[in-house]
Formats: sequence, structure tokens, C-alpha cells
Amino acid sequence: MKYETQKVAQPFFMVAMALFALQIVFGLLAATVYIAPNFMADLMPFNIMRVSHTNLLIVWLLLGFMGATYYLMPEEAEQEIHSPGLAYLQLGIFAFAGAAALVGYQFGIHEGREFLEQPFWIKVLITISYLMFLFNTSMTLLKGRKTAINLVLMLGLWLAAVFWLFAFYNPSNLAVDKLYWWWVVHLWVEGVWELIMASLLGYLLIKMSGVDREVIEKWLYVIVGLSLFSGLLGTGHHYYWIGAPSYWQPIGSIFSTLEVIPFFAMVVFAFYMFWKGSRNHPNKAAMLWALGCPTIAFFGAGVWGFMHTLSFINYYTHGTQVTAAHGHLAFYGAYVMLILGIITYAMPQLRRVQPYNQVLNMWGFWIMTSAMCFMTFTLTFAGVVQTHLQRVLGMNYMEVQSQLDLFYVMRLGSGVAVTLAAVMLLYSFFGPSREQVPATSKPLTAAE
Amino acid sequence: MTEGLTKAAARNIFYGGSLFFFLLFTALTAHSHWYMVNTSTDSEGLTDSVELGKHVWEENMCINCHSIMGEGAYFAPELANVWERYGGHDNPEGARMALTAWMRAQPTGAEGRRQMPYFDLSDEEMNALIDFLKWTDSIDDQDWPPHPAG
Repeated sequence: MKYETQKVAQPFFMVAMALFALQIVFGLLAATVYIAPNFMADLMPFNIMRVSHTNLLIVWLLLGFMGATYYLMPEEAEQEIHSPGLAYLQLGIFAFAGAAALVGYQFGIHEGREFLEQPFWIKVLITISYLMFLFNTSMTLLKGRKTAINLVLMLGLWLAAVFWLFAFYNPSNLAVDKLYWWWVVHLWVEGVWELIMASLLGYLLIKMSGVDREVIEKWLYVIVGLSLFSGLLGTGHHYYWIGAPSYWQPIGSIFSTLEVIPFFAMVVFAFYMFWKGSRNHPNKAAMLWALGCPTIAFFGAGVWGFMHTLSFINYYTHGTQVTAAHGHLAFYGAYVMLILGIITYAMPQLRRVQPYNQVLNMWGFWIMTSAMCFMTFTLTFAGVVQTHLQRVLGMNYMEVQSQLDLFYVMRLGSGVAVTLAAVMLLYSFFGPSREQVPATSKPLTAAE
Repeated sequence: MTEGLTKAAARNIFYGGSLFFFLLFTALTAHSHWYMVNTSTDSEGLTDSVELGKHVWEENMCINCHSIMGEGAYFAPELANVWERYGGHDNPEGARMALTAWMRAQPTGAEGRRQMPYFDLSDEEMNALIDFLKWTDSIDDQDWPPHPAG
């Protein structure tokens, strides 16, 4: 850690990980209701569990992005953070807004559009906090060195704010509502968040592989270009069945098929840099996450997305467990693994120790990743059976669901394994740093 | 990528290409908005009651169990075509009564069956919610879903 103000990242990571743990708890509760439908039915209906599960994910990923930005910006801009005080204040507001939303949900206080359920005043607080974050990091960037990494990162973060404004627009026409709802949801996760993802990966690769910055930054522009060229019109795959014109079927099918390419490019990018790199970085666990993230994102977002994105297939699979399968692995691969990787990389430096608890962290990586893959397989099988029975044969929804119990039991089992892995990871990040990497590793000078 | 591509060229392609696709996407979205208001949805039938019904739908967060036009939580049946499923096309009064009775009877408490909570809706809100579901059923959505089962 070269710059003192990089340490503002640490409380962001801690709050993010606390919310990650809570997200898993609500996921476990919801998965339990699938196999024991009367479980907590009077205490907490399923919709409350589900809104808590999804909202916690969004809030902690955003906190993770912020922490990552505060961590890398001083190094990239060669400049201390503009105002550490503002960063802590902004974190306080954001965490308060997130907690208030979560508590409110338990008492039925919410708006009612999926993922945008936060009450109006909480949306306003989130916006204020996020603008403070953008101001703080942009000022740092303006005063300092501009690199492709920090420029693309800030562009992604700013555009996320711009598209977020559509969350405030709720027309009474349901079709029009959905049309612009996707301007937040799709343009975030399949658009500008990919800019954030690619630049954070690029940063990790520069630090850990030792490959020349020029090469990595050129690749970065190619990848984010591919992301937006495919992802913007790729929104069309959400416009097939909501009352939009039929031209979205060919446009959505073609461009969302192309959305696989940037994810594949990120896999090639990461592995190529890893092999080409001369630097033997002691933080093996962080390298593992940096390679795992694009790989699982390629399968979860790319392959599983492509599986049901063609309009004539989506006609049958739309809104089945196939979608749930894709959603789980895509978010895990692209964004959860990204933030866990950044935290794995940054925590030893924030704590001013050598990489530590590496073996525990790597066990956490393998268990969590295998469990998320298994969860995705079970939901995929459930979705295929559901598609056939309900969408091809026309069987009644509830009857079909009763055929899927076995898959839901296995899904809960994989959720338990994810929980175990999360405990290991949290301990490896924040627990005592006993097992530091032995001195036989390559010299410390290699580590920045 | 190819050796000939410089970082500056890659950057310019990124900015230029993204802007091009963004403008194209914006234009198509604007046209889709126009198409929805004028062609695929019943703008004249979007009464105050339908609008109130959408609020009832949102206030009770139905979307986090059900799906509507395939979007939502997939934990409970699709509702964009529930009007059709309850026979609303042939017998609107019967469908309205059946939907009301069903919602008023929740939760069933049946062991091993997913529970829908009881929602304390006034008659006006209940009718508005059903008006909203009926209006949604009338959207021209390229004949989705494939079966009335949803």
C-alpha cells in the first residue's frame, strides 16, 4: 500500500462482506421455503425473503465497487484520495440507506418494482451517497494520472449513475414501465458494469502478472468495446414479450449472442496475461480469483445466457427456472467473484502483512465455486423439465412445480455448501493472519 | 488483438462504436415506446382503475413471488394471462368473482403447498387490481406465453 488514503477501502469491504453474509442467510431461507412451503409462512412471506436476497446483493456489490475504486484510484492516479472524510460519510449514508431498506422490507415498506423496491426517500439517499462517491473519486482522478484503467472504471461508474435515474420513472403503462426498467437493470449488469468488471480485472492483472501496462490497456479497450457494441442492442432479448415491436426478436437474438464474445475475450485476456507474465506474485489466492472470475462469468453470463437468449427458444424458456439458473451463475461469476478477488488482493496490503490464510481462502474459492455451479446445474435441470411440462405440454404451473422437488432439495444443499465457503472466506479475510506466505516465495519487491 | 492495433485506435473504436450503438438503441427504444402507446397496448382502456390496480400490485410486491410477462420471482404462477386462464374472455363477471374469491381465501394453510399471504384489499382495490390484470392480458406481446398455463 503506497498511499495512506487507500485504507478507506477497508470499511467498505467490511460492510460489503457483512451484507454478503446476510444475503446468503435470506437465500437459505427462501431455498428452504421451496422444499418446505409452510416454513415461516406467517412470519416472513416468500416475497420478503426474495426482495431481501436480491437487494442485499445489489447493495453489497455497489459497496464492493466503491471500495475497489477507493483502493486502486490512488495507485492509478498517483494521488491521495481527494477527501477521506467524505468517503466515510458517504459510506455511512449508503450503509444506513441499505439497512433502512432491509428493515423496512420486513415491515412491508417498499415500492413494488423488481430490484427497485427501495422506497423513494431511500433511492434519494442512495443517489446522494453515490454522487458524493463519484465526486470524491473523480476529483482524485482529475488531479492525477489518467490511465485506461481508471478512465474506463470511472466511465462505468458514471454511466451506472446516469442509467440509475430511470429507476425514478414509473409510468402507468406496464409495457412502457418494463421498457425503461431494463434501462436500469440490463444496461447495468450487461452494459456498464462490464466496464467496471474489465477495468478491475485489468488492474489485478497489471499488478499480479507484471505484463506491460500498454498491452493490458489496449486489450481493455477492445473488451469494453465488444461489451457495449453487443450489450446495448442486446437489451433486445428482454423486449421479445413485453409488447415491443417484433423487430426485437432478430436484433435481440443476434446482439445478445454476440454478448458472449467479450466474456470469452476476458477469459483469454486473463489466462494469456497470466502465462505471459514474468512476475511471480505471492498472493496466489488473488490470482486464482482473477482467473476464476472471467471463467465462471463466461459460463454463467455467456454460455448460460446464450442457452436461452434466441427468441424462438426464449419463447418457451422465458421466466422459468432456466432464468434463475443463469441469474445465479452470471452474478456469481462476473461480480461476486470479482469483488471477492479484489478483497483477497487488497486485504493483506490494507493490513500491512504478507498474503495470509491463502490455503483457507483457496478452499473457500473451490467450495463456493463448485457449489454455485452445482446450484446452477440443479436449477437448469428444473428449468428444462418445467419448460417441457408447462410450456410445451401446457401443464398447470403448480402441478409442474411439484415435479421439481428433488432439484430444489439439491439446490438447498448447494446453498449450505456456499454458506460454509462464505464462513471460510470471511475468516480468511478478517481473521488472524497466522499463516503468512513463507519467505521462500519470490521477493516482496515483486509485489506492488 | 492484432499487432497493428494501437491503444489509441482501440480507445477511439470503443468510444465511437459505443456512441453509435447507444444512439441506435435510443432511437429504437423511442420507436418502441411510440409503438407500445399506439399499437400494442390499450391506451384508451388504461383507466384510473387500471392505474390504481398497478399501484396495488406494487404496494403488495406481488412481483417477488409471481411473474408478469415472464418477469418476477418464478415462485408463483404467471399473471399476465391470469385473466384468460380464469375464463375472463368468455365470462368476465365469473372470472372477476373467482379471482376475488381466491385472493380472499388466502392463505389456504394447506400443508406442503406454497402459501399466498392474505392481503387486506378494499373492494375498490381488489377491483382495480383485477382491472390491471385484465388490461395486462390485452397487451399484444407476440403471443407469449405459449399456453394458457403461463
